[in-house]
Amino acid sequence: MTSFIVIALFTAGILAGRFFRKNETAKRYIDHLVTWAVYLLLFLLGISVGINEKVLNDFSKIGYTALLLTIGAVIGSIILAKIVFIRFFKNTNMTGDKMKSD
Amino acid sequence: MKGSLIILGFFSAGLAGGVFRIFPDWVLDEDLTTYALYTLMFLVGISIGSDRGAFYILKKMRFKVILVPLLIIVGSLAGTAVVSAFLPDLGANEAMAVGAGFGYYSLSSIVISQISGQELGVIALLSNIMREITTLLAAPLMVKYFGRLAAIASGGATAMDTTLPVIVKFSGKEYGIIAVFSGIVLTAVVPVLVTLLLELF
Repeated sequence: MTSFIVIALFTAGILAGRFFRKNETAKRYIDHLVTWAVYLLLFLLGISVGINEKVLNDFSKIGYTALLLTIGAVIGSIILAKIVFIRFFKNTNMTGDKMKSD
Repeated sequence: MKGSLIILGFFSAGLAGGVFRIFPDWVLDEDLTTYALYTLMFLVGISIGSDRGAFYILKKMRFKVILVPLLIIVGSLAGTAVVSAFLPDLGANEAMAVGAGFGYYSLSSIVISQISGQELGVIALLSNIMREITTLLAAPLMVKYFGRLAAIASGGATAMDTTLPVIVKFSGKEYGIIAVFSGIVLTAVVPVLVTLLLELF
C-alpha cells in the first residue's frame, strides 16, 4: 500500500512541478529540501539497520551480493550500449545543432 | 562522489547510533520514515516536473535518443537477473529491483527497504553506490572497449549529475546532452519500476 501511495505522490509532484518551471528560487529551495530529506531517510535507515542484528551479522554476505549485482547491472548495460552505439550512433554526426538522420 | 560520502556519513551515524541504542523510541517509529518518504517523493516529483530540459532535448534530438535509457533498463535488469541465478537467497525480482536503482542509491534503497526490508535495502544502497563509483573509475576503459554510450549506460541515473563530468570528458561533449536526458528518464523510472518489480512478482 505504502509503495503505491509513494508512486501517486511522485506523479502528483511531477504534475505540480509544471507550476515551478519559471520559479528558480523555488526550484533551488526544493532541491535543498530533497537533499535533506534524503539525509534524514538514510540516517533513519542506518538506525534501523543498526538495531537489526540479522542484517549486521550478514554484512559481509550483503556486501558480496551487492558487488555481484553491480557487476551484473554494469556489464548487462554496457554490452547493450555497445550494440546500440554501433547500430544507431556510430556513423551519426552529433556535433552541431541537429543529428543527421541515417 | 562527495555526495555519496555525505550520504554514507549519515547512514553510518544512524548505524552507530542504532548499534549502541542511543536514540529514543520515537525516532524508531516506522511512521516517521514513511512520512519522510512521502515528502521526499513528492519533492523529487516536483524537481523532475519543473525541469523542462528533458522534453526539449527529446524533441530536438529525435527518437533514437530514447533508445539510451531503454537499453540501460533492459541491460541492468537482464544482468542482475543472470546474477541472481548464482545467489540462492535472492529472488530474480529482488535482484532486478536492486538493478533498477540505476545508481540512484538514496531513493532506491529507501523504497526497497520500505517494501522488502532492511537487508535488501542495504544491498541496494551498497550496490548502487558501487555502480556510481565503478562508472567514475572505469569510464575511460568502458568508452574504449564498449563505445561512447558505455559510460552513460554504466552511470544510469547518475549520468545527469555525479558521473556527468567523466562522461563528458571521455565520451565527448555532444554525448553530455544524451547523458542528461537518459539520467532524467531513469531517475523518474526508478521508484515506479522498483515498486512494480517487488509488489507484482
